[in-house]
Amino acid sequence: MSSRNKILAKWDSIWVIRGELSRRSYLLFALFGMLVPLAAWWGLSVSGWMDKVFMPGPMDVLSRAYTWLMEDELSHDIWISTYRVLAGFSLSAVLAIPIGLMIGTYRPVQAMLEPLTDFIRYMPAVAFIPLVMLWVGIDESSKIAIIFIGTFFQMILMVAEDVRRVPITQIEAAQTMGASRAEIVKLVIVPSAKPALLDTLRVTMGWAWTYLVVAELVAANSGLGYSILRAQRFMQTDKIFAGIILIGLIGLTIDQLFRWLHRRNFPWLYKK
Amino acid sequence: MTTKISIQAAHKTFGEGERGIVALQDVNLQIGSNEFVTFVGASGCGKSTLLRCIGGLETLSSGSIKVDGVDITGPGVDRAMVFQHYSLYPWLTVTENIKFSRQLRAGRENLTSSDVEAASGRADALINLMGLNHVRDAYPNQLSGGMQQRVAIARALLPRPQILLMDEPFGALDAQTREVMHDMILHVSKLEKTTIVFVTHDVEEAIYLGQRVVVMAPRPGRVDSIYEVDLPAQRDQDMKLEPGFLQQKKAILNRIRETAGMRTDLELLERMTKQAEQQNDMQ
Repeated sequence: MSSRNKILAKWDSIWVIRGELSRRSYLLFALFGMLVPLAAWWGLSVSGWMDKVFMPGPMDVLSRAYTWLMEDELSHDIWISTYRVLAGFSLSAVLAIPIGLMIGTYRPVQAMLEPLTDFIRYMPAVAFIPLVMLWVGIDESSKIAIIFIGTFFQMILMVAEDVRRVPITQIEAAQTMGASRAEIVKLVIVPSAKPALLDTLRVTMGWAWTYLVVAELVAANSGLGYSILRAQRFMQTDKIFAGIILIGLIGLTIDQLFRWLHRRNFPWLYKK
Repeated sequence: MTTKISIQAAHKTFGEGERGIVALQDVNLQIGSNEFVTFVGASGCGKSTLLRCIGGLETLSSGSIKVDGVDITGPGVDRAMVFQHYSLYPWLTVTENIKFSRQLRAGRENLTSSDVEAASGRADALINLMGLNHVRDAYPNQLSGGMQQRVAIARALLPRPQILLMDEPFGALDAQTREVMHDMILHVSKLEKTTIVFVTHDVEEAIYLGQRVVVMAPRPGRVDSIYEVDLPAQRDQDMKLEPGFLQQKKAILNRIRETAGMRTDLELLERMTKQAEQQNDMQ
């Protein structure tokens, strides 16, 4: 086979439906997927076709992020926003996991809470802002409350679904071995649903970050979302870009952290 | 032989009112101590439902099931169950899966260290019996289907149940693995003196394993007929090819087809083939 044919064959082999891809090729494609938009963005900005106000270049954004860090309070903004997201998210998780567990396990609880939750989750979190200000005031707790409202109801339903996906034979096997209901919940349902639950937390963590800008609409004077909103007022598009990208990067980092936790805590899923 | 399980006028309906489906109608059966009984029948005949009722996972609409003369009221450790699949706990190793029932009791009772040791001894014995020694620390999804079922059987046997209920336990395994499992479960039944109730859709399996084969019929689910298996107690794979075995297999298969009301209409198939041939000729 000529080397040309070999290359063609290899090229064809990576497009097999649901085929295999070596780790090196995977990284190469991932890098390609990241670099192309970046290069396009950079090209667009240096071409001069678009006004810098509308489309600041990568270097403008980078230098803005640098001055934000040095002369302004970027690290504080990152810290306070992360704190708000984590606090709202954690509060959500602490309440939604037991409630979802009960919904997915006991029919009466499902009948009582699921239709109600389904109803509430369609209400827009933004619309709750005036009520939240009225009920919890305008300090930190109001931002946490908005993130909580945005994630809590979705999380309940996802947790309930995770719990319902525990195979019934796993539960019945425990029953025939003489397990009590409490033992089945503790020793079968919870450990069986755990990997799915961690995935649910990972996904809802992403949603919590998307509610950050909304949350910082409420009388905030620091934070990444707040900075984006203020930059909008002064037409600092480079700062808007910087803020959005930073949120994306933090999200990506947390996401990877969750995936790492998944691999570490559930080794049986990764051993073949 | 003393009676171990006594089923009297068992009736089970799923759903309510006119849309209710009669899964079991007037089932009467006695199963002896240390007997190996197999159940076959067309789908919807209620064989799995009956097994689940004996296991206490379903309750009868009327009638009774007694074990040693006592009415059952739900699942109990005297009746272990082996399912077709997905019943192992993937987050536990083979050994931990097998010891699961012991872990339940450890949480409730004040066990002395000698009790715990005895349980470990029992688990080790079962691991050896099932040929699981080399995979004792593996996770279930690292094992083949046959090995997984060995773990499930060992787990069920750990608390020394008097009755083992098996719901198509080898239904998902390949033919060669099944043969190995058949001889293994016969060995276990002799060694442990367990009464085994075994549901399958494979008639050959039913005859090879069972001392009696119960044929059930659908709509409504009921016991149709019972066949005594006339094979030496010590089974051997070659017996499956002997005339007596084949005759009984044929008789049972025919009985199942009749009860299912399903027969291949050979005449119709022939006519269809001829028609197709004629069309091909014309083209």
